[in-house]
Amino acid sequence: MTDIGLTHYLVLGAVLFVCGVLCMAIKRNGIGILMGVELVLNGANVNFVAFAQFSPTFQVEGQIFALFVIVLAAAEAAIALAIVLNFYNNHLTVDVDTAEELKG
Amino acid sequence: MTLAASLFWLVAGVTAASAIGVVVTQHIVRAAVWLLFSLAGTAGIFFLLGADFVAATQVFVYVGGTLVLVVFGVMLTAQGPFVSMKTSAVEWAVATVVGLLLFGVLVVCVMGEPAFQQAQPLKADQNSSTVLGKAFLGVVEATAEAPLTGVADRAEPGARTRVAYLLPFEIVSVHLLVVLVGAAYLARAKRRRMAA
Amino acid sequence: MVEILAPVLGPDLAPPVAGIIKALVLVAFVALSAIFFIWLERKVAGRIQDRLGPTRVGGKFGWLQTIADGIKLLVKEDIIPATADQFLFRAGPYIAFCASFLGFLALPFGNGVVAQNLNIAVFFVLAVLSVEVFGVILAGYGSGSKWSLFGGMREAAQVVSYEVPMAICVLVPVLVVGTMNLNRIGQMQAGWFFSWNVFRDPFLFAAFWTYFTCATASCKRAPFDLAEAESELVAGFHTEYSGLRWSFFFMAEYASMFAVSGIATLLFLGGWHTGLVPTDLTQLFGSIAGNVLNVAVFIVKCWLLVFVMMWVRWTLPRLRIDQVMQTCLKYLLPISCVLLLGASLWQLLMPVFVLNYLRYVIGGAVACGWLALLIRLVTGKPPAGEALSLGPALGRPGYELAKR
Repeated sequence: MTDIGLTHYLVLGAVLFVCGVLCMAIKRNGIGILMGVELVLNGANVNFVAFAQFSPTFQVEGQIFALFVIVLAAAEAAIALAIVLNFYNNHLTVDVDTAEELKG
Repeated sequence: MTLAASLFWLVAGVTAASAIGVVVTQHIVRAAVWLLFSLAGTAGIFFLLGADFVAATQVFVYVGGTLVLVVFGVMLTAQGPFVSMKTSAVEWAVATVVGLLLFGVLVVCVMGEPAFQQAQPLKADQNSSTVLGKAFLGVVEATAEAPLTGVADRAEPGARTRVAYLLPFEIVSVHLLVVLVGAAYLARAKRRRMAA
Repeated sequence: MVEILAPVLGPDLAPPVAGIIKALVLVAFVALSAIFFIWLERKVAGRIQDRLGPTRVGGKFGWLQTIADGIKLLVKEDIIPATADQFLFRAGPYIAFCASFLGFLALPFGNGVVAQNLNIAVFFVLAVLSVEVFGVILAGYGSGSKWSLFGGMREAAQVVSYEVPMAICVLVPVLVVGTMNLNRIGQMQAGWFFSWNVFRDPFLFAAFWTYFTCATASCKRAPFDLAEAESELVAGFHTEYSGLRWSFFFMAEYASMFAVSGIATLLFLGGWHTGLVPTDLTQLFGSIAGNVLNVAVFIVKCWLLVFVMMWVRWTLPRLRIDQVMQTCLKYLLPISCVLLLGASLWQLLMPVFVLNYLRYVIGGAVACGWLALLIRLVTGKPPAGEALSLGPALGRPGYELAKR
């Protein structure tokens, strides 16, 4: 338990990323999948901000990328929810496995 | 252990545990609560990293906006009183293995890079919101002769290139407008095609 | 705080101890002001409805009414409905309370009297206050009751919508003063009340009223209290709550009322400055007494704003949910956008002369208006009945009736 270094933050980012990927993979609920995406983006954000704090050549960019990620994630969530609502209107469920009309 | 280190372990522990909670829980709104703790913990991590502005944005946009939208979506699409999501045991096993493998790969990548382990945190000489604002406007440094051009500054040889983020900023704002219109169009009330 | 504690406790222990002390002081303040506000709310409601409000517990004015209520709430049975989701039902009140309490961390009560002097304080306070709605939604969803669910959904739609014009209105003074540090913004408004931001230009003056409307709505106070509309939804999101958990919602509500009033005070109304002396009070009364006075002035200003919220609550009828949304999206949002644009253009285009001296005109006009109103209240006979007069209120027949 020495000083907290960049590695600690990167491992935390990895935990968030893996949880997000698993969440996307195992949830059948459209909104659950959306939550997984948010977790993945957060893992990436932790990395961005950590690099911004630890790397002199990335000081501003790291935070700015993180800001863009947050804003775009909000936009993505809005669109994804709209799609989920539309899906619900058509299928009366948000279980993504029922979207199989295009299956050959 | 110093205060900063113990705070890091506390906040990081909460963040990681809540992230695992999002995956494990079977209940969609409980997953949202775990996600809330995870996102708030991430904001705490940003505070610890000295990125105040990003942290506050995280709380404002994610927790106050996106998560509320998500729960709103759950309420609008729920059929029973409490929505639950079933996952079979086989899927759990596969997911655990794949997750551990992925995590292992990432950790090996992180640990294998010696530069990451020696990195020392920079001293923030300015507050982050000022730095961010200047970066968006393309003001290069805090010096008086800094040009407000918004293009890459290559005045000094060896000085690293800095680019203004005004154009991306504007693109993102237009993008948000498009998203606004698109979401409103997609989610508008329609007659159901399949009456079930 | 850390500097005082460091010689006693050593450099390692001082920061966490200082942090804990600050947090405890803030918790105590939030709880005490909630007690005061609940008593005030009852008194104000009573007066406006031509009643007396609490009179018996704790002497003539019912001072101890809230304490009695609190004890009653503590010993009440803590019910969790069988249909509720235990985890969500329990988590809701605490999330709501923690969110509104966090806002106080960055709120300066006086010059430098702030738990954490954040550089982005305004943004931080708005951000954490916006989390409060999540607790309410969880309570509404987790209760397993239709009334609660309706309340939660209304709350979600309403608060997320009202956050937008509110944030834009906050941006107007931030844009003019050029900082988000609330302490700094407060310092800039030192001196006579002409230097308060609200008098600085017409757009800021309008932004104050718009902000206050949005803030009332975001605290889910009447006429925007659709989330707990008792004539439609029993009690909305807290229908199923009782005892201590219920009181947490109320602490959260009153805490966020105080917090948004604090932001309004700091951004528009001169912060901890009285506006009646040309300098900071610390220069007149010394460091300690001056700071105590500063804090008192700030708290009194916030209380006045909270009082206005109560006044509005007991005066105006509740809107319908579609009217609430319409007010926000069709009126407040365009108004706030116009204000932001106008304030920017004003700063760019107006000659320096107008920029510097208009505040005296607006400030003087408002002061004259207040003075006229005050004179009329105290001495004059208002033309339409006794509605405006405070004098005879005590001698009314209703008072005698209630005392019997």
